[in-house]
Amino acid sequence: MFGNLVLHLAILLIFAPLLLGIITKTKAWFAGRIGAPLLQTYYDLARLWRKGFVFSRTTTWVFLLGPVIGLAVPLLASLLIPFGALPAPISFEGDLILFVYLFGLSRFFTAAAALDTGSSFEGMGAVREVTFSCLAEPTMLFALLVLTRLSGGLSLDTLFGEHLISSWQSEAGASLGLIMVCLFVVLLLECSRIPFDDPNTHLELTMVHEVMVLDHSGPAFGMILYGAVLKMMVLGALLVRLAIPWNTGWWLSDAALFLAGLCVLAVIIGVVESIMARLRLPRVPQVLIGTSLLSIFALVLVLR
Amino acid sequence: MMELTNPLLLTVILINFFTLGSARLVACIRIVAVQGALLALLPLAVHGFTAHAMLLSAGALIFKGVFIPLLLLRAIREVRIRREMEPIIGFVPTLILGALMTAGAFLFADFLPLAAEHHDGLFVPTALATMFSGFLLLITRRKAITQVLGYLMLENGIFILGVLLSEALPLLVEGGVLLDLLVGVFVMGIVMNQINREFSSIDTESLTALKE
Repeated sequence: MFGNLVLHLAILLIFAPLLLGIITKTKAWFAGRIGAPLLQTYYDLARLWRKGFVFSRTTTWVFLLGPVIGLAVPLLASLLIPFGALPAPISFEGDLILFVYLFGLSRFFTAAAALDTGSSFEGMGAVREVTFSCLAEPTMLFALLVLTRLSGGLSLDTLFGEHLISSWQSEAGASLGLIMVCLFVVLLLECSRIPFDDPNTHLELTMVHEVMVLDHSGPAFGMILYGAVLKMMVLGALLVRLAIPWNTGWWLSDAALFLAGLCVLAVIIGVVESIMARLRLPRVPQVLIGTSLLSIFALVLVLR
Repeated sequence: MMELTNPLLLTVILINFFTLGSARLVACIRIVAVQGALLALLPLAVHGFTAHAMLLSAGALIFKGVFIPLLLLRAIREVRIRREMEPIIGFVPTLILGALMTAGAFLFADFLPLAAEHHDGLFVPTALATMFSGFLLLITRRKAITQVLGYLMLENGIFILGVLLSEALPLLVEGGVLLDLLVGVFVMGIVMNQINREFSSIDTESLTALKE
């Protein structure tokens, strides 16, 4: 139990920043550049940690709470889900609701911290972020409902458990394929990647997530960066488990398989970012409603 | 061969959704062409490589997958339109309606008194859903070209039902369906050209207004 917990957190904390490096490398490879080193995110985190805080006089304690909650939530959420074949350290009936709304909590505090600065740009970013993610929530919940129906359990550990292999081979395989697409879209949105948000843009009018964290600096910004990569790994873990449902039986090979899956996922995200343009802002809600409908359709397929 | 038909039919439904939600005409035409080509695989997947099935699928591939889409692409090159500007009902409401109709088709198909071997498959619900989506496209879009696409999709739905019946249905009827479609496209092409020449736009709304 305790060893499991330590292993879970160690995998998450050590390997999460690597994913961002792989995405950047893939994009650089597509553009014909050499690109930043794979470990660039680790260097960035170390650099930010050594710097000092700069606080605007208009901000209050809420401003610091945003990054702290943003870092704590993915850590907590990671304990509820299995990493590949490694079982979740904490598991109880109905923890899927907690999992979804933990991210709601972190979003609330990130948006509150952005509003706390009193900058109109950050307010705009907060509005966009909240709008988009409230549209992404039904997709996520319906996708989990499909898994609930297939597995017959209510905890994430059962949802992503042994039943996946037989489900893939049965009629429900199509539904699983559909919800994989839906979860991938949610992952891209929640981690503010292209086509929903461009992590590299620094034009306030088009930024979504990036504009909310403009005023954070030093260790606080480091926490936001770290929280973002942890979130990507946690959401990616769901997708990887769906795609690779096998257990090897030995914890080390299980962990290796899981990490290999995550690396492939990161490469796929990099490819998507390289070949797609960013969507216009009014198109984003349309896409999200489309994926919600897809996941509802997947549910209809398993219910009949 | 059942394991091939289910993903095929699901892709057909996904293409329905895409067409209902997309504003780009070229993409819509291409994706409906893909839908036609996928449906051409269906007779082979269901009946195996018999002469009848091969003839059916070759016909479907040539007409639905190649010939008619090429005609439509040429038509939009000539009248120079790229996007459906203002549908009568917006894209998101159409998409939601489409999803409701698809769910409805699945529920409705369960109540139909079908032959036992068709009862659990995706065939009948997919056929109904595709027909409904075609209707929806016909009703909600203003541009004549999207209406042709709706008609095509409607015909695709009928084709799925036809595949189930093709053992019982004579080849002549299937040929008639394809010919029907071709005539329909020709008529629409002529109408489109005519509207374009008279009104310098292919908005069908202009047809309802009287002019001295």
